[in-house]
Amino acid sequence: MSFPWAEEYRPKHPFMRWMDDRLPLPRLVYNSVGGGYPVPRNLNAFWNFGVLAGLALVIQIVTGIVLAMHYEPSVNGAFASVEHIMRDVNQGWFLRYLHANGASFFFIVTYIHIFRGLYYGSYKAPREMVWMLGLVIFLLMMATAFMGYVLPWGQMSFWGAQVITGLFGAIPLVGEPIQTWLVGGFAPDQATLTRFFSLHYLLPFVIAGVVILHIWALHIPGSGNPTGVDVKTPQDTVPFHPFYTAKDGWFAGAALTLLALLVFFLPNYLGHADNYIEANPLSTPAHIVPEWYFWPFYAILRAFTVDFILPAKLWGVLAMFGSILLLFFLPWLDKSPVRSGSYRPTFRIFFYVLLVDIAILGFCGGMPAEEPWVMLSQVATIYYFAYFLIILPVLSMVERTLPLPNSISESVLHGEKAEAAPLGAQPAAAE
Amino acid sequence: MDGVRRRDFINIAAVSFAGVGGATLLYPLVNQMNPTADVLALAQIDVDISAIEAGQAIKTVWRKQPIFIRNLTPAEIQAANAVDAGSLRDPQSLAERTKEGHNNWLITLGVCTHLGCVPLGAAEGENRGEYGGYFCPCHGSHYDTAARIRKGPAPLNLEVPEYEFLTDTSVRIG
Amino acid sequence: MVRILGFLVGLGFVGVAAWSLLWGAIAYVSEPPQETVEHHFHKHARSDVNFTFDGPFGRYDRQQLQRGFQVYRDVCAACHSLRYVAFRNLHDLGYNEAEVRAIADQWQIQVPSVNPDTGEPATRKALPSDRFPLPYANDTAARAANNNALPPDLSLMVKARHGGAPYIYSLLTGYQDPPADLPAENRPGQGLHYNPYFANLNIAMPPPLAADGQVTYADGTPATRDQMARDVSAFLAWTAEPTLESQRQMGLVALIFLIIATVLGYLSYQNIWHGPSSRRVRETGVLDPENQAKAAEAKSDAGIAG
Repeated sequence: MSFPWAEEYRPKHPFMRWMDDRLPLPRLVYNSVGGGYPVPRNLNAFWNFGVLAGLALVIQIVTGIVLAMHYEPSVNGAFASVEHIMRDVNQGWFLRYLHANGASFFFIVTYIHIFRGLYYGSYKAPREMVWMLGLVIFLLMMATAFMGYVLPWGQMSFWGAQVITGLFGAIPLVGEPIQTWLVGGFAPDQATLTRFFSLHYLLPFVIAGVVILHIWALHIPGSGNPTGVDVKTPQDTVPFHPFYTAKDGWFAGAALTLLALLVFFLPNYLGHADNYIEANPLSTPAHIVPEWYFWPFYAILRAFTVDFILPAKLWGVLAMFGSILLLFFLPWLDKSPVRSGSYRPTFRIFFYVLLVDIAILGFCGGMPAEEPWVMLSQVATIYYFAYFLIILPVLSMVERTLPLPNSISESVLHGEKAEAAPLGAQPAAAE
Repeated sequence: MDGVRRRDFINIAAVSFAGVGGATLLYPLVNQMNPTADVLALAQIDVDISAIEAGQAIKTVWRKQPIFIRNLTPAEIQAANAVDAGSLRDPQSLAERTKEGHNNWLITLGVCTHLGCVPLGAAEGENRGEYGGYFCPCHGSHYDTAARIRKGPAPLNLEVPEYEFLTDTSVRIG
Repeated sequence: MVRILGFLVGLGFVGVAAWSLLWGAIAYVSEPPQETVEHHFHKHARSDVNFTFDGPFGRYDRQQLQRGFQVYRDVCAACHSLRYVAFRNLHDLGYNEAEVRAIADQWQIQVPSVNPDTGEPATRKALPSDRFPLPYANDTAARAANNNALPPDLSLMVKARHGGAPYIYSLLTGYQDPPADLPAENRPGQGLHYNPYFANLNIAMPPPLAADGQVTYADGTPATRDQMARDVSAFLAWTAEPTLESQRQMGLVALIFLIIATVLGYLSYQNIWHGPSSRRVRETGVLDPENQAKAAEAKSDAGIAG
């Protein structure tokens, strides 16, 4: 960490000194999450979600490993093995429901974490790598979740696999061979199931590695804060431990309470009844839908219904992947020197509309592909792409922003009506 | 600094309480590796022994391991009782290895106590070794008519599982 | 550069989406989507049917589960398998070991096994450790015996249908004559029966609970059609979620623990941020009341508005 006032690690206990001399892990922990990592003092609740996402990853890995001790990755035995877990394995129902609802928990906290980034300009210089690594984590999460959902081999598992692997076939020229290669056959079958199991077990560890890079990249400039103003003096920061360990701790307690509510009292609320029916390649469910966290992307996929040079299906696929890939370019699309949405009133309005827009996309994604949901998806898709690719670039050139506070401390002291200077002015007389 | 110390109690309390919760979570994570309900259900089997005549034995499976159920002939019983149990490597009398009133029924695991091979002798025509009981071909352990180790490297007699006679023709093992 | 390319890509997607929207809107206006017949006549599961296991603290009524099991055994088991439930699970219903053994032993369908002498496929009586044996050897046999319809397994039926136990109840009691205004092509054909609770209105299963007293309950409860439907729905809720009660018990403990842990955590957080032990940090900070007072004094000295 590069703040000069960061406390140096001075181990008191002789064992810790011994350890640190030989393998500087204690030092590493101290400097990244301990008293040696200064963090802006004004972080709000939205800054808690990164840690929650890390917690969610740990929950998924631990429950996943124990579930894998009982799961059978065969087309004839997978569904039955999941029922074996639910009925015969000691507390198996708890492990299964925690893993299934844990995935939803992981996505909720990650989405809030991403929306925090979008609102507060966390993706802007010098944190572009943090942002892009985060997007890589998001893509890996989606791949992992998709493959994980196939494993119980229920109706939605199978038909979801059928639909999504079928999308690869839409790629011109190389699409069909890629699809066949991915599936290992002509339709999702044994080969698909075993390879999805292997990759589903592997990817979370890849995610863990990228998370380490993500945090490392963050710790170079240090955390952002709600004002978007850089840290200037020691008064702007507090050490991570105990201030943010305590804050993250109680907030995690509250989040786990909500997760427990789901796991113990509403374990199938976010799921789909059809996945309690064994996969039948000869019978398509009435409405194939993915899990709720994929619904916005599913809506974008289905919004393109008319051929235009390219077939509609291909447009849908390009738009669906494009909707995430464009986020990689956000630091260069939105060039406003003001980071935080708190000081960008026009931006704020468009941002709130984006939130509503994504909620609408999510809702439509869960509906059958009928009117009026398709038209609604189309309108919402138009706004989504317009927001990132047209509105933000233009806005960042012409918007009027509010004056920023001189420092974090000042903004904490005075609140919104800080004795602020317009951007770039010298700070007021020293206090 | 007493004021500070007193107030830090809440921090210790919070961390300890959370720690207890974390430790409790460990229980299902560890317990899930214990035998599942369907495995435990097979921990007990009922075997119909009405078809086994004197001098015959059957092999069956209990808890995924072989079981030998033998109907001893009077000659075999006599041979077993003729030996001084105290002089054996694993001292046990035939009476100790059978149930009262059913001492012609010898029920043992079919697992050699040396290194775990399945001894011969239960099926028709198999080598029964020098003592007329069971013979393990892996390293040459000979068991007598009461399935006690007499010669060879095995340290113990063939294990007698927990069992009870439900009726004269039905045994519950386990 | 990125912005220019992004702008063009954005125009592309926006344009094509708008094009799709335009054609969609034209189609919608010119031939508005009609409500399908199925949608019009379909009824959602009745909301007026209550079960003892409803709500966060509901529990199964063991007597009811036993009656429901009787209905399953006497009415449903001939065609519908219960492949994920084992006879030993019936202990949960309150049957003792001897009763469970008897149920398994007397079960009308035997478990597939092998003739130990000839090696030919044979059957044997069920043991408590067995799962309920399938009434048909395979799906083809099941269809052949049921007019090409496949009676689904019932172990998970309550979780596999939107609407759960109330849906099962509604379906079982929902057989009725087709309404007069039902179009001809939606009328039940040969081997089908009208039931508005079923997704496409006509179900291949003939009304299974056709008459009161079809089953004679061991506990003497009068077996009306309504009673049998309730009981078997409750039984199927149990087969789908046998651990429901443990889930809720453990859930209550977990929630109480987590709420207390969160409160303790919050108090600890407040203590750290605003308690006396953080004074060392705050003393040098702008927020400390002393420093604030000093700052205000300095400002007024300098004539700057506060």
